[in-house]
Formats: sequence, structure tokens, C-alpha cells
Amino acid sequence: MRTVTTDTPLGTYLVRLADDNLVLGQRLGEYIAHAPELEEDLAIANTGLDHIGIARHLYGLAGRVEGDGRSEDELAMLRSEREFTNALLVEQPNTDFAFIMVRQFLFDAYQVPLWTLLSESANSELAGIAAKGAKEATYHLRRSSSWIVRLGDGTDESHRRVQAAVDGLWRYTGELLESDDVEAELVSSGLIAASSDLSAAWEGTVDAVLEEATLTRPADRFQLSGGRSGIHTEHLGLLLTELQWMQRSHPGLTW
Amino acid sequence: MSYDVPIAPGEQPAEVPTGAATSQGWPLWEVFVRAKRGLNHTHVGSIHAPDAQSAVQNARDGYTRRAEGVSVWVVRSTEIHASDDASSMFEPFEDKPYRHPTFYEIPEEVGQL
Repeated sequence: MRTVTTDTPLGTYLVRLADDNLVLGQRLGEYIAHAPELEEDLAIANTGLDHIGIARHLYGLAGRVEGDGRSEDELAMLRSEREFTNALLVEQPNTDFAFIMVRQFLFDAYQVPLWTLLSESANSELAGIAAKGAKEATYHLRRSSSWIVRLGDGTDESHRRVQAAVDGLWRYTGELLESDDVEAELVSSGLIAASSDLSAAWEGTVDAVLEEATLTRPADRFQLSGGRSGIHTEHLGLLLTELQWMQRSHPGLTW
Repeated sequence: MSYDVPIAPGEQPAEVPTGAATSQGWPLWEVFVRAKRGLNHTHVGSIHAPDAQSAVQNARDGYTRRAEGVSVWVVRSTEIHASDDASSMFEPFEDKPYRHPTFYEIPEEVGQL
């Protein structure tokens, strides 16, 4: 399997997490002014900014960890689609509100145990970022899961839409819990937790919320992956085109 | 656009049209934020939400995102009953300055009273 690497396994791992958060933050940003209510618009913008904030911390740390010390902007704005290593789930384009909440929920259920375990990392900077991430993700999960329950156990229309979103996104969830060689070395030195160790917490959260929401857990079936090695769905390229346009058109631009 | 607002005693409830023009019928909630421990919850504004749980969440995102608070209360706007007729309710107190505790100094150490 092709592996996109920076100079060090830790840098590679940090960029994966940062890419997840940057791409989801951008997706949520795209939705601003399209939410069904002003209040939801604000909440989604807040969530998106939390993700982008975490991405900035992680890119900053990755830049310091890897050999040639790329800046936050270089990592976020000057890598191509094949160099991005976010999970496929977060790049899936916005459709309706139920879809956006399900994508968020499936990701939040992964990030809460991720940050909780990483807050024990032997790398104190990563542990600090994770402690901040854990608080934010806990709130994100509370909000997204309450919407899953409200929509799932709501009207026939809301139930149908949220179930369709769960069914459609299920194939991208396995990738979140996959471990590979990049992780193995970091796990043995106490820097990170293996993604596969998050599956019990993820399953527990997802099963409990789906049940309360009267939703059906999709049958386990073929799972797509590839994001961690830079093989993406066709949607990421368009997202990056918009995200990176300013920096590509005016190289070196700063605020 | 029309929202449900607190009804003063004796006032007829306003006709609130439903449908797309009324924010899809989400009720209005008044938001009270406690800025820090020891202070009272203070009214800061209102938000729309379908139920109490999401009202608290929307209040958090609307009114505390710059760390303005440590606790939030929400209450349905229609559950608030307001005073009316300020001339008879409050003006009688204006000429009774002897009721004001203005004749002694409050030490600075007392702080929030």
C-alpha cells in the first residue's frame, strides 16, 4: 500500500489528524448561511472553527516534528490532493442537514475516544492539543447525537433522511478505526493509541445513539478506505481547489 | 416576520401565523447567562429552538462563545409574564428617596452586592 509520509512517523500521523480536522472544518464552513435556522448556522460555524483550530495546532506541531519544518500554511495550502491523508468520511460533500449531522456524529464518536487517549501521549505538546480537543469533541458529540435522536425519532421524513445518511456514510466508517505500520511504531513508544483500539468506544456510542434514535445499524459490509494513503473520492479535489485558491494564486500571501 | 413574544397580563395573545415565514415554527426561548460563580443569571437575549435541550445548546453557541458564561438558563418566552402600566406600577416610588440606602458608604471590599 502506498503511504504518504512526511519525514517522520509522528509527523505523518499528526498530518492525518490535522487533515481530518481541516477538511471537515472546510465542509462545515461551506454550509454557513445554508442551515435551516440561524441558530444552527452559528453552531455549525462554531464547530467548524473548532476543527480548524485543532488542525492549526496539529500542523504546527507536525512542522516542528518533521525534518524540514514546513509551516502550517505550507502543510494546509500547498499540498495536492494525493498528499492529503484525511479519512474519506470527512470529505463527503454536504447534502441535507441530516447528512451533515450524521457525518459529524460518526466522526465525533471517533474523536472523543481518540483525544481522550492521546491526552496521555508521551509527547506533551500532543497531549495538550488532545486535552483541548477532548473538551471540544465531547460537546460536538453531545450536539450531533442529540440531533440524530431528534431526527431519527422525529417525523417520517426526518427519520427517512437520517437513516439514508447513516446507510450512505457507513462504508466510510471502517477507515477511521484502521491501524497501519505508521501507527505501530508510535504505539510502541507510547506516543499514540492505535486507531483499532478506538473501535469499542466508537461502536458503543454509535449503537447506543442509533438505538435511541430508532435507527437501524447498517449491515457490516464492504468498507472503503484509502484516505490515509492519499487515495480519495472525487470530492476532495474540488474542496481543496476552493480552500487553496488564494494561496496558490498569490503565493506567500499572509494576513 | 413574526415571533411569539411575552404576553403582558390583560393583553390579547397576538395571532402568530405559521409556515415558512415564521422560522418554521420553532418557539422562542429567553436566555439567561451566569457570567461567573457568585453572580446571578442575567438576561442576554433570545434564541429559537425546537426543545429545551437544543435551546441550551443554541444559547451556548449564540451567547457564550467568547467565554461569557459558566452557566445558562433558558425559558420559553411565553412562560414569562411581564408587568404593565409603568405609571401606576413604578412611578409611585420615584418620590420616596428615603427608601434608598444612600446614607452610608459601601466598603469596596463588599464587591458585588
